[in-house]
Amino acid sequence: MHEWALAEGVVAAVSRIAEEQGLRRVTEVTVRIGELQQVDREILIFAIDQLRTPVMGDARIIVEEAPARLRCRVCSHTWRFDPEGLGEEVSEAIHFVPEVVHAYLRCPGCGSPDFEVVEGRGIWLASVKGLRGDG
Amino acid sequence: MADPRVEVIDRRLSTIDRIIAVSSGKGGVGKSVVASTLALTLARRGLEVGLLDLDFTCPTTHLILGVEDGMPEEERGLLPPRVQGLEYLSLAYYTKDRPTPLRGGDISNAIVELLSITRWGQLALLVVDMPPGIGDATLDLLRLIPQMEFLVVTTPSHIAFETVRRLLGLLGGLRRRVVGVVENMVMNPSDFVEGEVEAMGFPYLGVIPFDPELEGTLGDVEALMETSFAEAVGRIASALLDEEAEGEGD
Ligand SMILES: Nc1ncnc2c1ncn2[C@@H]1O[C@H](COP(=O)(O)OP(=O)(O)OP(=O)(O)O)[C@@H](O)[C@H]1O
Ligand SMILES: [Mg+2]
Ligand SMILES: [Zn+2]
Repeated sequence: MHEWALAEGVVAAVSRIAEEQGLRRVTEVTVRIGELQQVDREILIFAIDQLRTPVMGDARIIVEEAPARLRCRVCSHTWRFDPEGLGEEVSEAIHFVPEVVHAYLRCPGCGSPDFEVVEGRGIWLASVKGLRGDG
Repeated sequence: MADPRVEVIDRRLSTIDRIIAVSSGKGGVGKSVVASTLALTLARRGLEVGLLDLDFTCPTTHLILGVEDGMPEEERGLLPPRVQGLEYLSLAYYTKDRPTPLRGGDISNAIVELLSITRWGQLALLVVDMPPGIGDATLDLLRLIPQMEFLVVTTPSHIAFETVRRLLGLLGGLRRRVVGVVENMVMNPSDFVEGEVEAMGFPYLGVIPFDPELEGTLGDVEALMETSFAEAVGRIASALLDEEAEGEGD
């Protein structure tokens, strides 16, 4: 599963941030995942849990989902990404590399492929909370 | 706060001894045919070799290799399929032959995504086919892969070489390793390119003559490897491996 590759990145980023900020123990990690990539939330949480490093202890893992919003650069039409009816092969392609969406979607307003993903593209580490020092 | 993908790129590439980008300031000078043929040549000499097509909007290496079926497998990331003895990956597996217009930010995102999820095997060498110019893909590789080396392709044309001069200037200024410059599609030998490259202090790896037979072999690897083009790429491959041996000596 590709979620495992992403989870590995999350755990590596948390470890680096904990070290940079002098956190003795991480208590809470918030990850945001964009709807466009269709990341499986349960698998992602399970994978982060399995890969967690000692500094992460029993930190709470929060995964927030962000809707995917697209905006056409030509006519300014804004719409929400809907995976319905894309077919399994296309959904899977977008799942691996969300930019592939530019091969399969067109602006519903004017037909242009020149749209941007304003929100909800992929995976992002939103916050890392923890306890500082050795107290 | 942080992009978790960037954190694992180093680890994903840690199974690869050398990563060589085949680049040029100019389009159409033969980067893709050179990159593909170089990868095939080294694989046939017994090295474990990968080929990554980073020309996302106009990928062509799948056409040169004649890739017709197969898909990357998903196993805690992406496993590149084996094509003609190479570990091979291209976005064309996912975009098929559809037009895929991408702006700079999208190209960067797609590069980061692919580098962070692809699980290459133990490779002696990964050859990267680059889009032309010194735009997003070049800047992203410079940012993400400090150990990246560059094989620069030009033609005998003064115009092509002037674009290559800028690329070499960029790479030299950043102190990146340039394995050498290749002069492709040569019809009338001249020492212009060799002189300029050496004056700039970069290795000149030699000439690949214009080969009218090449076009007819694209998509058929066995035929491609029989061409005089492939023979010339073979000499470049040897020069390239010698460069490394020399580099290690000093
Ligand atoms: N030495 C050669 N002899 C004959 N034809 C050649 C030679 N080198 C390249 N070509 C032909 O030139 C064309 C352009 O080559 P290629 O696509 O590899 O260039 P490129 O630099 O990758 O282009 P782009 O910048 O668009 O990616 C192809 O049709 C190829 O077959
Ligand atoms: Mg090319
Ligand atoms: Zn539009």
